[in-house]
Amino acid sequence: MIELRQITKRFGAVLANDKVNVVVKPGTIHAIVGENGAGKSTAMRIAYGFYKAEDGEILVDGQVHSIETPHDAIALGIGMVHQHFMLVDTMTVAENIVLGAEPGSVVALDLGKASVEIRRLSEEFKLAVNPDAVIENLSVGQQQRVELMKALYRHARLLILDEPTAVLTPQEVEEFFSILRRMREQGKTVVIITHKLAEVLAISDEVTVMRDGRVVGSLQTKATNAAELARLMVGREVLLRVEKTPAKTGSTELSVRNLTVTARGGAKPVKDVSFEVRKGEILGIAGVEGNGQTELIEALAGLISPSQLSGEIRIEDRDITREGARLRRELGIAHIPEDRHRRGLLLEFDLAENSILGVHYRTPVVAYGGAFLDYGAIRSRTKEIIEGFDVRPANPDLPARVLSGGNQQKLIIGREFKVNPKLLLVSQPTRGVDIGAIEFIHRKLVGLRDSGCAVLLVSAELEEVTSLSDRLLIIHEGRIVGEVDPKVATIEEIGLLMTRGH
Amino acid sequence: MTEIFTISLIWSTIRLSTPLILAALGGMFSERSGVINIALEGMMLAGAFTAAAVTYAVGSPFVGLVAGMGAGIVIAAIHAIACIRYRADQVVTGTAINILMIGVPGFLSGAFFLSSGSTPQIPKEHLIPWTPIWIAVLLVPLSWYVLYKTPFGLRLRSVGENPEAADAAGVPVARMRYAGVLLSGLLAGIGGAYLSIGQSSLFTRNMTSGRGFIALAALIFGKWRPVQTMLACLLFGLTEAVTIQMQGVVKLPSGEDIPVQFIHMVPYVLTIIVLAGFIGSSRPPKALGIPYQKER
Repeated sequence: MIELRQITKRFGAVLANDKVNVVVKPGTIHAIVGENGAGKSTAMRIAYGFYKAEDGEILVDGQVHSIETPHDAIALGIGMVHQHFMLVDTMTVAENIVLGAEPGSVVALDLGKASVEIRRLSEEFKLAVNPDAVIENLSVGQQQRVELMKALYRHARLLILDEPTAVLTPQEVEEFFSILRRMREQGKTVVIITHKLAEVLAISDEVTVMRDGRVVGSLQTKATNAAELARLMVGREVLLRVEKTPAKTGSTELSVRNLTVTARGGAKPVKDVSFEVRKGEILGIAGVEGNGQTELIEALAGLISPSQLSGEIRIEDRDITREGARLRRELGIAHIPEDRHRRGLLLEFDLAENSILGVHYRTPVVAYGGAFLDYGAIRSRTKEIIEGFDVRPANPDLPARVLSGGNQQKLIIGREFKVNPKLLLVSQPTRGVDIGAIEFIHRKLVGLRDSGCAVLLVSAELEEVTSLSDRLLIIHEGRIVGEVDPKVATIEEIGLLMTRGH
Repeated sequence: MTEIFTISLIWSTIRLSTPLILAALGGMFSERSGVINIALEGMMLAGAFTAAAVTYAVGSPFVGLVAGMGAGIVIAAIHAIACIRYRADQVVTGTAINILMIGVPGFLSGAFFLSSGSTPQIPKEHLIPWTPIWIAVLLVPLSWYVLYKTPFGLRLRSVGENPEAADAAGVPVARMRYAGVLLSGLLAGIGGAYLSIGQSSLFTRNMTSGRGFIALAALIFGKWRPVQTMLACLLFGLTEAVTIQMQGVVKLPSGEDIPVQFIHMVPYVLTIIVLAGFIGSSRPPKALGIPYQKER
């Protein structure tokens, strides 16, 4: 169906694609896997005409074509669904679907005709979408269906999907996969870009593995397994399962009683939540994103005004509900935020400055009674973090902006570990982080637990939250709707609680 | 007070609103495509000067009007190339154009007419007091139709809201933005031409006196929608008409006239109040002011 030959692409000094060869056979589901920055999306964006390759050629149906713009790709029957949806939020489903391929004449847009066609496609592929709904009122899963419809409306024979499941719940993923299988039955070809090995094995017929801009393997899915794919992706043996001994729990570190958060509009993102975290255990909270996890963690970290809180937060025996973030930190609470760019780092500041955030006013990083920063002490502290947490490049003078997501995350984790916390609040610790670094971060979290720290973990990755946690709570619409034993609970069971609440 | 509100006030409102409507609808096409158009003022000045100069030289106001449109387009092209091709800051570029257009007409009239700042008087029979008003009246429904009922309008709006999505759908982002900005130059050019060969009979230095900015305010007040924008323009036009009639009529309690400078302030003060009060509830196109760059 499509073949990339010797595709090469540079971004500045970075070689994003180095002589990449991919062959996608018609009527198959083809997975492209690799770590972040391996060049998977770049290669596919070149195939879609979003980027221009410096070298190499693209064959569609056995013939060389020059694909300069998405327009050319669409004309050849190629459609792409991007990781971040390419939808205009303020417009309707129908307007988005027809955009760029409008029915009717130059002087009159015929949306009625479009709606008929959209309904027909909805039937054929079992993609329920209302053509008149406005995008911003739709759920993520529905928006994705609109994206698929956009490609189908343009008679795409080949669909390229970039990390399509990142935003979906486990149930939605199942539904999505059955849509893909239906498309394959109807003769469409699908390319799915992902870094989730379980998905590759579940859905694809063939798989191409990329690392550092190069193709390092092209395999039949039936003839491979997760361990082999992980090894190809990372370039060394990787432990996919977290290794840990049973928790040796101590006394209660954090206790939360009837905590409710009221947002400014009056909505209650967290409703009457109670739980405890003991020393030496990891308590996980699983849930579909946007069900109150963010607000819960921020309430505990002291980032939400006490006037918006009701209930009680205790650390050991002290009531800290009304205390600010600084005192909470001094009491031993550390926080690894879900959005490292918004809450975790000052991107334009260098690593040394970033590595003292939160302790910037205290010894040992200040001198002369707090009037001056002690740069000698700051540098040695930064060095310890960089070495202990394998932050690369290991240069304290670089701005945080230039680090990859994984290295930024390791810097934050190092900084928070450095204060020897009694309680660690950690959200999405491995979001946008490579498998190799994920393994490292997981080992560090388990190590911290074993040293007696209480850890509260929020993650949208079910795999992660079940394998790391000693106990697991499920949150739905701001309420804790259940507790399961992560060693015995199945993904389906947890997924059901996450979406339905009971 | 009653003597202020008369039939002549209505005519006066329509006359004073016309250049605002023309410029504001122009601004709408530019801003809906994602390019801030603070240069409306400069484009109006270009239109006003060129229309007056050409009408005087050729003796045909229609040729003058077309020339005014052309001048607006030329200025718009400068803005468009700087903002779209070279991704310059749109506010800074627009401001530079406005400053430039305070000087350029004076310089050119000095060269052509040996006067500093204004063009010679145009005979009355060569003025077009009505045509631009009709254009403005027809343009409101036409703009609405173009924006919401044609593929061009859909593409233009998509480019202003989410250019990446538009690009992915095969819409040429830069081309759409050029179209939006050039259209704004054309319409602002007509608005300017109306000032010099419709309302008065010559071009004078800085004769727009901030109307481009008031048009911009009306555009924001009108939420970047044609009909609401027209209503906002009528409100500003009405205010200006009232202030003109107030001169010498409304007196201080002491019996003295209110200084004319204070009366002249009213439309501008109203602009500030309206914008301060309503800007929060008005949602601009999402990509407004952000240059589109394909590969990051």
